[in-house]
Amino acid sequence: MEAQLAALKQEVIQKITDAQSVKELQDVRVAYLGKKGPITDLLKGMGKLPAEERPKMGALVNEMRQEVTAVLDARSVELEQAAIDAQLANETIDVTLPGRTVQIGNHHPLTKVIEEIEDLFIGMGYEIAEGPEVEKDYYNFEALNLPKGHPARDMQDSFYISEELLLRTHTSPVQARTMEQKQGEPIRIICPGKVFRRDNDDATHSHQFMQIEGLVIGENIRMTDLKGTLDLLGKKMFGQDREIRLRPSFFPFTEPSVEMDISCFKCGGSGCSVCKGTGWIEILGAGMVHPDVLRMAGYDPEKVSGFAFGIGAERIAMLKYGVEDIRHFYTNDMRFIKQFERSEG
Amino acid sequence: MLVSLNWLADYVDLTDQQPAELAEKITRSGIEVDAIEVRSQDMKNVVIGHVVSKEKHPEADKLNICQVDVGTGELSQIVCGAPNVDAGQNVIVAVPGARLPGGFKIKKAKLRGQESNGMICSLQELGIEGKVVPKAFADGIFVLPADAPVGQDALEYLSLHDTVLELGLTPNRADAMSMLGVAYEVAAILQQSVKLPEITYASATETAQDALTLRVDALDANPLYIAKVIKDIKVGPSPQWLQNRLMAVGVRPHNNVVDVTNYVLMEYGQPLHAFDYDRLATKEIVVRMATEGEVITTLDDQERKLEATDLVITNGQEPVAVAGVMGGANSEVHDGTTTVVLESAYFTGSFIRQTSKRLGLRSDASARFEKGVDPNRVEAAAERAAQLLAELAGGTVLAGSVVVDELDKTPKKVVVSPDFINERLGMKISFDEMQHILTRLQFPFEVANGLFYIDAPTRRQDIVIPEDIVEEIARMYGYDRIPMTLPEGAHQAGGLTPYQAKRRLVRQTLEGAGLYQAVTYSLTSSEQAQRFALHEAPVTKLLMPMSEERSTLRQSLIPHLVEAASYNVARRVESVALYEVGSVFLDQGMDELPVEIEHVAGVVTGLWVDNAWQGEKKPVDFFVVKGIVEALAAKLGATLSYRQAKRDGLHPGRTADILFGEIVVGFIGQLHPTEQKRLDLKETYVFELNMQALITEVLPTISYTAVSRFPAITRDIALVVDRETPAETLESVIRASGGKLVTAIRLFDLYQGDKMAADKKSVAFSITYQDPERTLTDEEVVAAHEKVVAALAEQAGAELRG
Repeated sequence: MEAQLAALKQEVIQKITDAQSVKELQDVRVAYLGKKGPITDLLKGMGKLPAEERPKMGALVNEMRQEVTAVLDARSVELEQAAIDAQLANETIDVTLPGRTVQIGNHHPLTKVIEEIEDLFIGMGYEIAEGPEVEKDYYNFEALNLPKGHPARDMQDSFYISEELLLRTHTSPVQARTMEQKQGEPIRIICPGKVFRRDNDDATHSHQFMQIEGLVIGENIRMTDLKGTLDLLGKKMFGQDREIRLRPSFFPFTEPSVEMDISCFKCGGSGCSVCKGTGWIEILGAGMVHPDVLRMAGYDPEKVSGFAFGIGAERIAMLKYGVEDIRHFYTNDMRFIKQFERSEG
Repeated sequence: MLVSLNWLADYVDLTDQQPAELAEKITRSGIEVDAIEVRSQDMKNVVIGHVVSKEKHPEADKLNICQVDVGTGELSQIVCGAPNVDAGQNVIVAVPGARLPGGFKIKKAKLRGQESNGMICSLQELGIEGKVVPKAFADGIFVLPADAPVGQDALEYLSLHDTVLELGLTPNRADAMSMLGVAYEVAAILQQSVKLPEITYASATETAQDALTLRVDALDANPLYIAKVIKDIKVGPSPQWLQNRLMAVGVRPHNNVVDVTNYVLMEYGQPLHAFDYDRLATKEIVVRMATEGEVITTLDDQERKLEATDLVITNGQEPVAVAGVMGGANSEVHDGTTTVVLESAYFTGSFIRQTSKRLGLRSDASARFEKGVDPNRVEAAAERAAQLLAELAGGTVLAGSVVVDELDKTPKKVVVSPDFINERLGMKISFDEMQHILTRLQFPFEVANGLFYIDAPTRRQDIVIPEDIVEEIARMYGYDRIPMTLPEGAHQAGGLTPYQAKRRLVRQTLEGAGLYQAVTYSLTSSEQAQRFALHEAPVTKLLMPMSEERSTLRQSLIPHLVEAASYNVARRVESVALYEVGSVFLDQGMDELPVEIEHVAGVVTGLWVDNAWQGEKKPVDFFVVKGIVEALAAKLGATLSYRQAKRDGLHPGRTADILFGEIVVGFIGQLHPTEQKRLDLKETYVFELNMQALITEVLPTISYTAVSRFPAITRDIALVVDRETPAETLESVIRASGGKLVTAIRLFDLYQGDKMAADKKSVAFSITYQDPERTLTDEEVVAAHEKVVAALAEQAGAELRG
């Protein structure tokens, strides 16, 4: 009987070990431990044993049953894990396949430049002032010290709509309008916007372009303030290593007037094709607000002073991004616009 | 303005000045040097030769064999192809070993079998622009005067060891349109004095007044007129030095009389004119305004019709010159002229500008009059020209001048305090330093009560107000030495207005939704201007457009956006998604500003979903664009509704007007198929919104509502309705009949097809019922739902789908 028991045990454990799936193992469990299995038969046959052997045999059979169950459970865990592993292996994907497209558009490069400048000045307490694209001759010229017949109007060949109306040639009329509105109060504004000149469109000219102007008026605004402000602007747009230099120039609405050059960001000042060998690149025009302009807008030039500057968004974008033809900004080629997707700095 | 440094050295000591360094100094102190031209370039071994003999080349009709004395003691044989070469001429010879502009080297050579030891040169071959070469030599070699020293350096003789600076003058610096003006500027920079020309000549006993009478009938246009009379003139070529100088500054030499007037024009900045005294015929000059329709033939042989706003010089009978612009052919100096009337006048700029602009005649003279000549140089220039005509054309100057003079020549007084200068600059330049700078500039001044009383020289008509002195001090002190500060004083908060912030939000939202920002032109053709216009208004047109294509201000952003889409598709970028924020223009009639309204518009074509390897490709459709508009409206807190509509250029069945309250603020639609075909586009959808209307309104602060803790119950409902019934109608019936308990309505299925009557469709909604305060009972939900179903049946004829 004991020998029979040992043989049975060996047989079961062999079957458990041989089982290759949860299903096969289940079959083994039913076959050996089920109600019709040999172990149950053994227990049932205990009645034929002498009474004094029964407890001993009973204990032996139970022990064996527990042992087999433990092996079986262990094998079951093993096989289940294997089954899961197999399934997961089967579910493996190629993670290098491209992700689902999430199309996010982006700013036009000119807007990128304008917002960057707006944000720099907003941080210094400036407001953004805007005005109409069609202007009165008065705001575009006369209020800016350019009376009718002034020789400097030659520089600004314009698109007139009537004797008195034209497409603004700069965003300076917004300055004139703001001064009129603020009635003698201090001003710090940035005026971005579209402007128009009578030019044939080619690689370096556009009949429409974007300007960003700045105006500060208050007590004791000095030329040193202008220079310091322009220095910040130059560094913000072209990098902290840039230097600026001012050269005397002429605009009817400022006196003194300056042109600002920036040390060449390509060669650092040693001379290259970008700066035409000079080491400097002309960036913008600026100056101290002309007393006539202040007076016309109701400010007392004895008490307040101011500075103004004007910068071309296209020029900045062309220099900064290396765009060689101004017409690219107005063609709206998706392949062009998409290049300005990412952030900088 | 071209400035020859050799010439400039007559007035300022330029010894030891390197041209490039000098140019940099000039630029840095206020006048931009645009270009530096080294006139000798890399030329060498170019000498003066004498053509001893000329004979025809035996084998080439157009070539001559010349024996040329180049000062070496023996004759050089040179083959020359110039038509005007001849024996007895002094010529320019590039000898073997010579180098000409462009690295061109001269070697001994054989031309058609004949030895040639160099080249006889034209002026163009020495790098001189053809348009300034005297006409007689424009198509051949240049013939030098008979006294030119044979064998000597021709470059020296032609004054080509020179550097010319090209000045880019701003309109205020008219003073630098003369050599003397530049001399004052350079002298101030270099801290030197200016040496003015010495004017001396012997006059005849006969006086100018004996020979000529003068009357000016238009004193406002011509407050000063000086006429001198010079007789015994022998018209001929000018001496070489004078021709050299004129060519150096871009003026073509003609004859000694014309050259002298041009020379003095360049030297003093005062335009002069010479009349042939005999051809004037009347011994009289009358300056007056032209009569309407009066005609004059100008020097360029053009007949010009004059207007009453033109100033003319007449001989008392007919015009002999358009004042300050161009002389008349009838009084022109010619080879046989013996007596000359020399005019030096002050013509008021505005008159000259108007006439020269209308006649399209811009000359060196008109450019200077327009900007205003120096009132105190008019007479000096006349005297200088008289002197040169006496010296160079054998003239005898009649004593005195005939003059009408009503011109105010007193300098402007500018009073400025040193403190003011330093305040404006934000600096502490010393009083002494300022005095020193004013002296350098040769601005006469006095100091009283701590103020500068400056007599602004009349040559510097740009110096009028204290700020002008601030600039003069600063630029001479050096802009580099100005320190950097930032504005002081009360700070404002700065920032964007709510409108500007919301405009940025519009951009961010549309970009987040997958659209890229475009920028297009405000000007378009008159044909395109009103297409897709949202507002009914007349268009605004330019008075003088440069082209029809850019003649009118747009009333919709869509035409240019569609053009951009077409541009992209034509270049195989087949999926296009662009938007633009920009203004449209509604005309308000004469001299009124058009109303400008900021719109936002978009165009989308091609694939909207393109996950190629997953096999998901969906072309854009109406609802893609509508979804974008809805998302934008949500961001802007604007409640929009949509209404089936028809619009020109759009698909009649796939267009919706967008309403904001009761007002149409935009539209969405498919481009009309014929339009798509014309532009070679596939299905293309557009939208345009009056952005200004949507973002001008001030929105209240967001107020939070508690998220309900009680369960929501969802009931689905499938309805059969007439095909024409808009989904929005059903939705609003559900909303109205369901009352507060309905918290969400979602349309989740639409069916129309075989299993339906042809005029019916099935629409399915999922309706969510919820009470924020408590759990709804089954009975309550059933009751509410039945009410909804009944309302749908009654108000929309909807049946439950079986």
